[in-house]
Amino acid sequence: MARELKNQEGNSLVQHDQGKIGQQIELPFVESVRISFQSLMIRFWRSIITTAGIALGIAFLVSVWANSEIGEAMKASGRTDQITSFEEEESTGGISIKDRWLILMSLIVCVVGIANSMLMAVTERFREIGTMKCLGALDRFVVRLFLLESGFQGLAGAVVGALIGCIGSILLNLKDYGLDVFFYFPFFPAVGDDGSVRYGVLLIILGGSVLGMILAVIGAAFPAWRAAKLPPAEAMRTEV
Amino acid sequence: MADIVVRAEEVIKEYRMGNTVVKALNGVNLEIVRGEYISLMGPSGSGKSTLFNMIGALDHPTGGNIYIDRQNMSQLSMSQIAWFRCHRVGYIFQNYNLLYVMTALENVTLPMIFAGLSVNERNDKGSELLKMVGLGDRIHHRPDELSGGQCQRVAIARALANDPTIILADEPTANLDMITGREIINLIKELNVQEKVTVISATHDAKMLDVSDRIVHIRDGMIERIRNRDEIKIEIGTVGGH
Repeated sequence: MARELKNQEGNSLVQHDQGKIGQQIELPFVESVRISFQSLMIRFWRSIITTAGIALGIAFLVSVWANSEIGEAMKASGRTDQITSFEEEESTGGISIKDRWLILMSLIVCVVGIANSMLMAVTERFREIGTMKCLGALDRFVVRLFLLESGFQGLAGAVVGALIGCIGSILLNLKDYGLDVFFYFPFFPAVGDDGSVRYGVLLIILGGSVLGMILAVIGAAFPAWRAAKLPPAEAMRTEV
Repeated sequence: MADIVVRAEEVIKEYRMGNTVVKALNGVNLEIVRGEYISLMGPSGSGKSTLFNMIGALDHPTGGNIYIDRQNMSQLSMSQIAWFRCHRVGYIFQNYNLLYVMTALENVTLPMIFAGLSVNERNDKGSELLKMVGLGDRIHHRPDELSGGQCQRVAIARALANDPTIILADEPTANLDMITGREIINLIKELNVQEKVTVISATHDAKMLDVSDRIVHIRDGMIERIRNRDEIKIEIGTVGGH
């Protein structure tokens, strides 16, 4: 096993320096983006599952919300005769109480779902975080990598989810109102005849996308920050 | 005076488990000379891994001090500790701790990214190091396409990425068979002799004994005894048996 530990020029590969302890340098931003993107791509299917978790949460929220929005628009258009939903009598101008309740519930489901996906995705990588710290990563390198990763996932998942939710609610309403859905489609924010404010589907899609991304980033940042704060020995001991 | 690279002074480490406090290290004093090959031996739970983690700045002691190159580790800032881990120490672990999403080359070059080397510099140096540990033809393979021994070689190449003064090896052969284990030990010993890297290894592998300059026996969080190489020689016939 006589292996050559010198390079071609005959110089030793390992160069000792016994000077002072330096300050760790910043990891260039481009490098962080590259590493986090590569990390997502290599565990493609694992990333897809996490992203799908985000997408589903947002799709649920957006579909419930857009559905209520379209329902309101149809009512305002005078097509009350077609309304088959059961809450029409309870309607007190603007979104009905039942709709509000539904939207709130779907918002909670979406928050918890996304937080859970991100927590799992980060916790299973505690050992990786510990290893990176052994190799000289600063706490903020680690956190930044996870912020970027979850940002990419959050953006992709939330936009896809919002579109799916919106399309879903349109399809549902097509069944009830037929093509009139498109004539009276509440695309933009508006103020109803009774003074109630309506957000419009466009704003709901945008809001859902931004919300999903923010939730994903917070959901990942918290456990990543906690793991990065741990001494590496402890982070590497963690078994999931 | 000998050139002391690591000095542990009354090092104490306590872990809190519920209401009870467990003392993993109970006042350890140790001096390690530059270029030495030291083995920390002891049964599991003896505190050898804890001491290992303290020397490598992977955990902080509850009491006492650790000096590396006469620098008191507890006085370093977070950023200096990161620099220290990056430039001064190479870590080798029992379960390799490679990043499984990265190729061998990417694993080896990761510490170089943290050290700020350019893409060309790190790829050149990374492939050279992998060649040196005998994996020149597998640099683009990922850990799951490599055998245990090959993974440990990648880890050794990674440990050398930023020219460390100290190599810390935590049970590097525990997951390997007899022959592969011996190859890994020989490789680490070669580095120790030819590159003058100080090697500190926690182990209970008897194969490690005959390459060690000194063996530190740890029991119940304290150093039980330290034996020199010449004291061990006699036992090799009975322990190594090859």
